[in-house]
Amino acid sequence: MLGDYSLGDLSSIFVMQGFAGLILFSVYVLMALGLAIIFGQMGVINMAHGEFMILGAYMTYLCSGFFQTHLPALFPAYFFVAMAIAFLASGALGMLVEWALIRHLYKRPLDTLLATWGLSLILQQAYRSIFGAREVGVELPSWLIGSVQVTDTIEIPINGMFVMGVTTLITVGVALLMYRSRFGAQVRAVVQNRAMAGAVGIDTERVDRLTFGLGCGIAGIAGSAFTMVGSTGPTSGQLYIVDTFLIVVFGGAASLLGTIASAFSISQTQSTLEFFLSGSTAKVITLLAVVGILMLRPQGLFTLKVRR
Amino acid sequence: MIRSTSKPVVNDNPFMKPMEWVSLALLVAVIFVLLPMLLDAFRLNLVGKYLTYSFVALGLVICWGFGGILSLGQGVFFGLGGYLMAMYLKLEASSVENTKIQSTPGIPDFMDWNQITELPWFWKPFQSLPFTLIAVIVVPAFFAFVIGTAMFRRRVGGTYFAIITQAIAAILTILIVGQQGYTGGINGITDLRTLNGWDIRTDSAHAILYFVNGALLVGCILFAQAVKKSKLGRILLAMRDKEDRVRFSGYQVASFKTFAFCLAAVFAAIGGAMFTLQVGFMSPSFVGIVPSIEMVIYAAVGGRLSLFGAVWGTLLVNWAKTTFSESFPELWLFGLGALFIAVVLAFPNGLAGIYRTYVEPRLTRRVKALEPAPAVALPHAAE
Amino acid sequence: MNAALLPSHIIGADPAEKSFLLAVEALTVSFDGFKAVNDVSFYVDPNEIRVIIGPNGAGKTTVLDLICGRTKASAGSIKYKGQELTKLSESAIVQAGVGRKFQTPSIYDDLTVFENLEISFPRGRSVFGALTFKRDAEVRDRIEEVASMIFLKDQLLERAEFLSHGQKQWLEIGMLLIQDPELLMLDEPVAGMSVGERIKTAELLNQIIKGRSVLVIEHDMKFVEDIAHRVTVLHQGKVLSEGSMERVKNDPKVIEVYLGH
Repeated sequence: MLGDYSLGDLSSIFVMQGFAGLILFSVYVLMALGLAIIFGQMGVINMAHGEFMILGAYMTYLCSGFFQTHLPALFPAYFFVAMAIAFLASGALGMLVEWALIRHLYKRPLDTLLATWGLSLILQQAYRSIFGAREVGVELPSWLIGSVQVTDTIEIPINGMFVMGVTTLITVGVALLMYRSRFGAQVRAVVQNRAMAGAVGIDTERVDRLTFGLGCGIAGIAGSAFTMVGSTGPTSGQLYIVDTFLIVVFGGAASLLGTIASAFSISQTQSTLEFFLSGSTAKVITLLAVVGILMLRPQGLFTLKVRR
Repeated sequence: MIRSTSKPVVNDNPFMKPMEWVSLALLVAVIFVLLPMLLDAFRLNLVGKYLTYSFVALGLVICWGFGGILSLGQGVFFGLGGYLMAMYLKLEASSVENTKIQSTPGIPDFMDWNQITELPWFWKPFQSLPFTLIAVIVVPAFFAFVIGTAMFRRRVGGTYFAIITQAIAAILTILIVGQQGYTGGINGITDLRTLNGWDIRTDSAHAILYFVNGALLVGCILFAQAVKKSKLGRILLAMRDKEDRVRFSGYQVASFKTFAFCLAAVFAAIGGAMFTLQVGFMSPSFVGIVPSIEMVIYAAVGGRLSLFGAVWGTLLVNWAKTTFSESFPELWLFGLGALFIAVVLAFPNGLAGIYRTYVEPRLTRRVKALEPAPAVALPHAAE
Repeated sequence: MNAALLPSHIIGADPAEKSFLLAVEALTVSFDGFKAVNDVSFYVDPNEIRVIIGPNGAGKTTVLDLICGRTKASAGSIKYKGQELTKLSESAIVQAGVGRKFQTPSIYDDLTVFENLEISFPRGRSVFGALTFKRDAEVRDRIEEVASMIFLKDQLLERAEFLSHGQKQWLEIGMLLIQDPELLMLDEPVAGMSVGERIKTAELLNQIIKGRSVLVIEHDMKFVEDIAHRVTVLHQGKVLSEGSMERVKNDPKVIEVYLGH
């Protein structure tokens, strides 16, 4: 199948498909970042993570409608407001869920998995009741539409670059928060030794709640980015949950760098393969490769040898 | 050696305790007498369909309840069993006689629609019924063996295992849907008619299959009970609790986990094959993530440590699903979601737990001869 | 084997002449570059009781972990009756005759005392063997025999969860006993016990060490003095001193480590 293309064609294809995969990559990174915080740091399996993302997407949809009808002058800037609202809404819901559900289950990870699955069903039905079963899309401001012509054969979509930029900012922000701030130190202290962290005066319950909320909030931003590539329906989030978990596990659950590298390799493999094969075959091959590698190297790509 | 009579009588370990015999009798009475008497042919067939799911729940009790291994990919094995059976039935329904209007007569209709002109090699052996029946057991068992060996040897367990099995369920679904020409795609394999010449679509065939299904289920329960009662059953429990200790008592933990996983896979596959026979089709909607995790809830509602509970849990959840989704489709998903949460937060031992806490003490007070069942502890998730 | 590797003070320890039950040579393991065990060598004779002492973090438990296969060595060899253990799986090491007791009692809470002991009975260790395992007279008698040794004869049908801390320690010792290992490794067997339990445990250990080699980690010096044939002192992952309790106690290096800071 590769034989039909010249080397120049091939490199253009890789670059184009690479940029086409940018938004997918960004959505994956943001989803996985949130999940990596929740799963990697807290050991909680949040099967409703996709629904937190979709909450962000619906918030963006509402914002888009609101600005169009009430503040058309500010419409070009609405996306920034939408992302902030998406973050706050998903984060707040996340904190509520942590308080009502997750905190009772910290010692039973498999049970958390079932409970959050139940939560995801409830959220899906709630979205269906509130927003209807039909998928909705958002209107993009004009400056986000179109693409930049780099060479004759390569053009890059603007919204892709925008989402990419936002993702980079958030990733750097999360890295700083987790590794440079007092809050990050507290989170890691609680992860390593809950009893000891409590004994030295860290409010472990508050740290748990904020960590979970942060992870869910980032998923909300992922939802905002998601509206640029797909239309939003009640069950759209569920399609992403398996991929996202694989990314987090593949990257080595506790490593932010690993998460990004793994999101990049998975999304790029998929979008490159999609050019040559049907979408479903590309997906099957990508997922099979990931699962195959995980069977041989279950600790993921980036982990340290630690004493048990 | 002469044993002194003053020694305490140590645990004679009967195959089933008296209360378990009562449970078995009750189940047999309901499946074989009560339901066939009360229900019309359509409803009985529906119950038969539900009972095929309880094979999966039964396997999960062994694998998840006892072994602490949560598989979120049991739909894969249910689907494998179902699809392998459907392949045989489809070939029988696609005789040259029946398919003479096709451009290539003698192959399944969906292949013809997808411009396939020859029966693929992996379909050919399924012209034989004995081969099919063996494959229904062996293929899922082999598949589970490969997955189990690869994962458990490397000490993958707990949530990782759950995620990977879920991914496998997702992959298989995408594969089936994508490869329409070989699998029938999203519609699945439909329009199945006869089993070795016997029309399976009639009411009488449905009734016979219902009883065969019931008998197989009871057989599987008895086999599971034998496993539970053997030392292997106790090793599974011990492993869930202290995996390292079991290892340092000289056992290969990975082999025992693989066995539990394979057994669960075989049970699920038997259920899948019986599903195809009773319902008359098989489709990817019974393979993927959603059905796989829903099957876990059947076992959880019944009580993850209770073999009989698995059957009652399956029947109860499906009865509720049918009732609610017919009249209040919106409420059903809320209800199912709430059920997942409630069974984890409030009733971790499901129906069996409720029975043991509230019903059994009253029963045993009346029937003095019966020994009280040991309290069942909440399983700690194996990490 | 290379005689030059041996510390010269080991009494009668010439590998060319004697056959050791356990020969640990140049054993090293590092976690992320930190050498928890660094070039450790020692030899255990048949029927010897060897006690490993050392300050916290000296690598004592890691040495036991390495011998029983729980941790894989970075370098070095562990020979048990001439068989290399570093390449075997944990279960194969147990089947070769090495038993291990953990520091915190490691028993099955959900099972009865009887069932705990039964699982440790060295028969039916394969999947098929476990499925067809029969609880016959031999098994019952052996379990009852061990149960009376570990003072749990009257608790056989009790769930292990409900035992006291000391009883749980005994149960785990009993689980090892029923395995009948030739090399028994005990990690702090009297830690956290009451005085009464401690005396009973010493009595129990004195009874069970007959006819086998024992490797013990212990902090209780009185207890060590009572049972040890020889003592190995570990410090920062290395062997600091080795010999009789008397010799080790007067070794200036040991005094420095224990009292010097």
